[in-house]
Amino acid sequence: MNCQDHLYRGLDGKTISRRWFLQQCGVGLGSIALNALLQRDAHASQNPNNPLSPKNPPLKARAKNVIFLFMAGAPSQLELFDNKPQLAKFDGQLPPAELIKGYRAAFINPNSKLLGPKFKFSRYGQSGAELSELLPRLAEVSDDIAIVRSVVTDAFNHAPGQILMSTGSQQFGRPSMGAWVCYGLGSESQDLPGYVVFSTGAKGPSGGNSNWGSGFLPTLYQGVQFRTSGEPVLYLSNPAGVDSGVQQDSLQAINSLNRMRLDAVGDPEISTRINSFEMAMRMQMSAPDLMDLSKEPKHILEMYGAEPGKPSFANTVLLTRRMVERGVRFVQIFHEAWDQHGNLVADLKKNCQATDRACAALIKDLKQRGMLDDTLVIWGGEFGRTPMVQGGNDGLDHHPSAFSMWMAGGGVRPGITYGETDDLGFNAVKDKVHVHDLHATMLHLLGFEHTKFTYRFAGRDFRLTDVFGRVVPELLA
Amino acid sequence: MPVKTSLIVARISHILPIACLVLLPTLGLGLAAGMRPDQSKSPPIDFNRDIRPILSENCFKCHGPDPGNRQGNLRLDRKEDAFAKRTAGAPVVPVSLAASRIWIRINDANPALRMPPPNSGKTLTARQKDVIRTWILQGAKWSVHWAFIAPQRPKVPTIDDGRWTKGAGHRTSSIVNRRTNTGNWCRNPIDAFILARLLQKGLTPSPEADKITLLRRLSLDLIGLPPTPQEVDAFLADRRPDSYERQVDRLLASPHYGERWGRHWLDAARYADSDGFEKDKPRPVWFYRDWVIDALNRDLPYDRFVIDQIAGDLLPNATQEQIVATGFLRNSMLNEEGGVDPEQFRMEAMFDRMDAIGKSVLGLTIQCAQCHSHKYDPLTQEEYYRIFAFLNNSYEANVAVYTPADQMKRAEIFRRIHEIEATLQHEHPDWQQRMAAWEREVSKDQAEWRVIHADGDISSGQRLEQLADGSILAQSYAPTKHTGVFTARLDSKPVTAVRLELLNDPNLPRGGPGRSIYGLCALTEFKVEAAPADHPDATQSVKVASATADVNPPEKELEPIFDDRSKKRRVTGPIEYAIDGKDETAWGLDAGPGRNNVPRKAVFVLEKPVSFPQGTILTIRLVQNHGGWNSDDNQNNNLGRFRLSVTSAQKIAADPLPAQARGALAIPADRRTPAHTSALFDYWRTTVPDWKDANAEIERLWREHPEPATQFVLSEREMPRTTSVLQRGDFLKPVKAVEPGVPAFLHPLPANAARNRLSFARWLVDPRSPTTARSIVNRIWQTYFGKGIVRTSEDLGTQSEAPSHRELLDWLAMELMKPAMDDGRSTIASKDTVTRRREDAANEHDRRVSASPRLRATNASSIVHRPSSKPTPWSLKHIHRLVVTSATYRQSSKVTPEQYAADPDNRLLARGPRFRVEGEVVRDIALAASGLLNPKVGGPSVYPPAPDFLFQPPASYGPKIWKTSTGPDRYRRGLYAFRYRSVPYPVLQNFDAPNGDFSCVRRGRSNTPLQALTTLNEPTFVECAQALALKTVREGGQTDVDRLTFAVRRCLARKPSAKESGVLLDVLDKNTKRFKVASANPWAIAAPDPKSRPELPPGITPAQLAGWTVVARVLLNLDETITKE
Repeated sequence: MNCQDHLYRGLDGKTISRRWFLQQCGVGLGSIALNALLQRDAHASQNPNNPLSPKNPPLKARAKNVIFLFMAGAPSQLELFDNKPQLAKFDGQLPPAELIKGYRAAFINPNSKLLGPKFKFSRYGQSGAELSELLPRLAEVSDDIAIVRSVVTDAFNHAPGQILMSTGSQQFGRPSMGAWVCYGLGSESQDLPGYVVFSTGAKGPSGGNSNWGSGFLPTLYQGVQFRTSGEPVLYLSNPAGVDSGVQQDSLQAINSLNRMRLDAVGDPEISTRINSFEMAMRMQMSAPDLMDLSKEPKHILEMYGAEPGKPSFANTVLLTRRMVERGVRFVQIFHEAWDQHGNLVADLKKNCQATDRACAALIKDLKQRGMLDDTLVIWGGEFGRTPMVQGGNDGLDHHPSAFSMWMAGGGVRPGITYGETDDLGFNAVKDKVHVHDLHATMLHLLGFEHTKFTYRFAGRDFRLTDVFGRVVPELLA
Repeated sequence: MPVKTSLIVARISHILPIACLVLLPTLGLGLAAGMRPDQSKSPPIDFNRDIRPILSENCFKCHGPDPGNRQGNLRLDRKEDAFAKRTAGAPVVPVSLAASRIWIRINDANPALRMPPPNSGKTLTARQKDVIRTWILQGAKWSVHWAFIAPQRPKVPTIDDGRWTKGAGHRTSSIVNRRTNTGNWCRNPIDAFILARLLQKGLTPSPEADKITLLRRLSLDLIGLPPTPQEVDAFLADRRPDSYERQVDRLLASPHYGERWGRHWLDAARYADSDGFEKDKPRPVWFYRDWVIDALNRDLPYDRFVIDQIAGDLLPNATQEQIVATGFLRNSMLNEEGGVDPEQFRMEAMFDRMDAIGKSVLGLTIQCAQCHSHKYDPLTQEEYYRIFAFLNNSYEANVAVYTPADQMKRAEIFRRIHEIEATLQHEHPDWQQRMAAWEREVSKDQAEWRVIHADGDISSGQRLEQLADGSILAQSYAPTKHTGVFTARLDSKPVTAVRLELLNDPNLPRGGPGRSIYGLCALTEFKVEAAPADHPDATQSVKVASATADVNPPEKELEPIFDDRSKKRRVTGPIEYAIDGKDETAWGLDAGPGRNNVPRKAVFVLEKPVSFPQGTILTIRLVQNHGGWNSDDNQNNNLGRFRLSVTSAQKIAADPLPAQARGALAIPADRRTPAHTSALFDYWRTTVPDWKDANAEIERLWREHPEPATQFVLSEREMPRTTSVLQRGDFLKPVKAVEPGVPAFLHPLPANAARNRLSFARWLVDPRSPTTARSIVNRIWQTYFGKGIVRTSEDLGTQSEAPSHRELLDWLAMELMKPAMDDGRSTIASKDTVTRRREDAANEHDRRVSASPRLRATNASSIVHRPSSKPTPWSLKHIHRLVVTSATYRQSSKVTPEQYAADPDNRLLARGPRFRVEGEVVRDIALAASGLLNPKVGGPSVYPPAPDFLFQPPASYGPKIWKTSTGPDRYRRGLYAFRYRSVPYPVLQNFDAPNGDFSCVRRGRSNTPLQALTTLNEPTFVECAQALALKTVREGGQTDVDRLTFAVRRCLARKPSAKESGVLLDVLDKNTKRFKVASANPWAIAAPDPKSRPELPPGITPAQLAGWTVVARVLLNLDETITKE
């Protein structure tokens, strides 16, 4: 939580007077001219009148946009990315005592039997990436992605784990990575929010709204939830009886009265309000078009497995591409479906059927449009799952010590598999990548030195990576 | 009654001759880089203002309080270290640049040696170096960070010929400067501080705002609602010199004052109506919210306000309200997702409590020290955990609470029961002998029970804590349906029966014994299995032949909260229901409110004794299938704390004596307290056949007992916990045990004070506390002017931004603690000595009837007329009155480009504040303007319209209750909207309201398109536009011009200008025509439900109403409508 002090901080009187002058010339049309002019100003990269206007990062950026496919609930790395023949061999046996010494589990007694993988793995592409039979489509783009098998986290309960992945801290109150990125880079879009969030799973994410909150950053950086059915954004549609004519009349009157007030009292905040109403109107006009997937060619719909009018993960991923095309900086899709304490085999099949095709299509589609170069795609959950069984022989518990994620585009080295776990997939043993390291690497790709990308709050310079994190050079192209 | 309100400090003109200002001394950082003036003539460097921020920002991270990170064993945050001789010389040597090591190091030609080092990312500017240089040459005066020294009453500046000097104290400073040709701008000392700064910067104050603007500002500030046109008219017509002060008094006495200012405290208290995290279950804690509103309304002195919230439960004979106040610390989030370790999240909550106290009371960021010693403030990690230790001894309690009306009702019931019992005793003088005989009879009639220590299965996600007495406490995730499986290894003694005791525990709802929202539970089935210890796999089920219990309620259908969507009739009833093999029936505990939350027991006799030569493995299955369907809601009906025992005795039944009576019996008669005797008598009288009628009458009275609400509170444990320093804040890594204590850099605890939470609370509000008073007055200032005197209101520590008016801050802090100002013509005492005396008497009364609840009805505004207007210490209303009656506050907020350029942030206050109101108030203004507002104060939170999908997966993790209010609750003020942490009410969220995840003492104030969409299209705002239109055509007069004036005044308080009217009447005409055409449906826009059309006044057509609806919507969306000008 903070005020908007930063809007005017560090500006000299001249800039303000100039802005003033421009505003006095008439907001509305004028405000567009104003923004254009201010962008050419010495302070161009920090147009103070619109904290969301695009900014250049301090360092050379590889990625401009981020799409985070958050597989909430924690998918089993052992069934998808991290093939462990030894685990198959020891299926039904107890884990070595020294391995589970001091280990805390959420539901199971750590001294539970090991569960061998239920699905077959094969190698794909030139890179020879090893993937489960559950991911045939991803296999087709295996040379475009970097698989990380050695991700570790600190939390083994869902809400804290998700909050840590989203904000870099298990404690609530920190800005989400999307908020950080919008704070650092602003938004390219003039009629859409800079940070958009979807929820497509069976449930919402465990961490709730705090996953896309702004923490102590100004609230305008928080994620805006979109839906794929009904009103895409809350309160976007006009109320009953208000057609476009009424709406035009109303907004004209509101803006002209606001302009009169600006003349009378001189508070520049009024011009920001006028801009807000104008952007709201632009959103009203552009969002329905954006959300209308029926305009996508058939082969694209097919590639994603999207069906216009039928809400699905696939539709959402396609929408995400359309948003990034329109300048949305950060899109996060929460697909909360992966908490397989039981029913592991059937649910994994179902989830992969629902997501595999669209995820792979996103990579292909971005690539064919030349967008993959500067769009970073990240796939993963908040933690992994135990090699030990929960219940009979069809479930796995939460596990923070090793799990897999993949990344693509935006300067990520394609076609690699990074990091290793032990024979049972219990601990990451080589090239560990902590969640903080993932964040540091993401920021690096976006043109930020993660230790220097800070925000002063409560007497301290805060970072997405807190006091941790290292860029993983091996993941960079 | 004193008439003159303001203390006139000085008279100066609004247009001061600029020439004389040029001569003002340039202070502090006015030195430009490169200038080399004679140091003796340089303006004095102020260490705290000019030097400390440079050191803190650039040096303290490696040369500060945190030993873990300290480089070169050098500290620069303490004078003794900064001036100490070292091998290479002292870091600072007064007057000698050549000898001062820091000067040498910051100017080192070798970049590798130059400080701050390149890898720190910090550099000193030429200007900063120059300030350091001047400071050393001036003698390097050092002082402790200003905020760590208790405030002293500063001298109020006097104005002398356009210059300011530090004059005498305010009492003698009411100097009217007759030499300047002035009006009387200063109204109280606040203005003198402000004016001094303005003059110094060559600025002049703005003229006073017009009366209408002023009243709207005042009303929005003090009660968060706009003035009605009638209030505006009355104020305009009031020509008395103190008409403004009368408005101040009126508004400060309004019950809405507590709502408005209470909301700010609730931000700091991170109040929300749900748990947060994944489950985010609703939690009934609105008693705390109402306590805050009420405490502010009665102007509970701020010191007591804090003490009650930190340690109200530890006050002697604490009242219900004082206990409710401790809900403050319990507003932390709670994680009960499956599989969590309760201790981990109790510790998370503890960290949150520390943070909340730091931000809200101390104005210090102490949470850094959770992981390591503070890098900037002199707070060590150990000291952090010593404070922690004060707070670490509480249960996470949830108690029954009663409204004032129900408290009265309870007291009456208890009085009448007591009366009947007294009559029985009076009429039967031999009762004591008879009871003693009965006691002898029953005291030896209990079999020997052996408590079994059973392992519980936790695969349901519920956590089971084994307590020292052999009982088990179920915690954390609560499944709605599950079977608890408990296995114990016994010796070879035969087991004839198993006893299940259900016990109270402070951590359970209403103290338990169950985990349901009522603190109760239902046992669907009780099953026993046994296996020989040497053949654990040979388990066989054991038939239970019979069961008895000390409570056997009649059959009753489950409450709606336990609906499992099975459409089956599910009931609770007597103990037989737990052994009848039916999943629809369960043993229930409901004995009616007031007597529900007591220990219970049941005994299950086995058909055949169980025994194996090598010992027995006994498995007990506690089937608990009487919860509801949604584990993301409070729908469990589980056992809370329970204990299992076995016996070898024959002919066993459950002890009919309540646990309390059985406990009293164990105490020798001569050592029993009246409470013990009463517990025995309560039961014994029910066994006396002759007393049937009296017993029946008492039973009837119990049935009148009101159902309580609940509240999260603190309750101190008898056995203190050990608090340890935790390595990097990890609760699994205790490093070293610590005792409760306070940090060395702050004032000490009184030597004789007990080391408990109450002493800590008192320490927080000790007048020697340097930040407590400053912190709260700073936040009050922030609310009025948009920014605090210290902008970083959550942190007054070393890294805080320098105060814009440090002396004013201290003056206000002193006025809060030890008021010296007459607070004006007020006749309204918020909490004067009379009221206090009345409360003390009530406390005394409570002490005497400790069993009965506190009866003081909380009166929203205790208005008493008093002869003196001397404010009491720690009166917040006093500070409010001082601020709003100041000339500073009363300035116009209009701004010219030049003024804006001179001070864009309005830090110096050469003009009045102008900014968008808080989210709750945005909505309240629309409701008030439209006439829909329901002004009811307090009560359970309400559910204003919100899209259903938000509260259902996949938008929400779990399905949430949101029963959209349809009646008057639909239009309650924003602060009563139910607050789910994980799904915040979107209207408020869009306007920057915090969701309660953590303490927030400074809200953002954004200006976004989502806000525009909200006020344009959100259903409540649409309904407000419709209601305002209807009200306008009904009450607004006969002409459109009159009607327009009516509608505009309801939104803006002022009348429209001709130009504005032109625009609005155009919109009206155009849209009336639009809706007049045959194809249009004016009701679609003009009525919430087009089918139920309101009656229109004669001559008004639906098209006109539709036109007015468009106009009303425009008005409600104006910047000015949602802005305090």
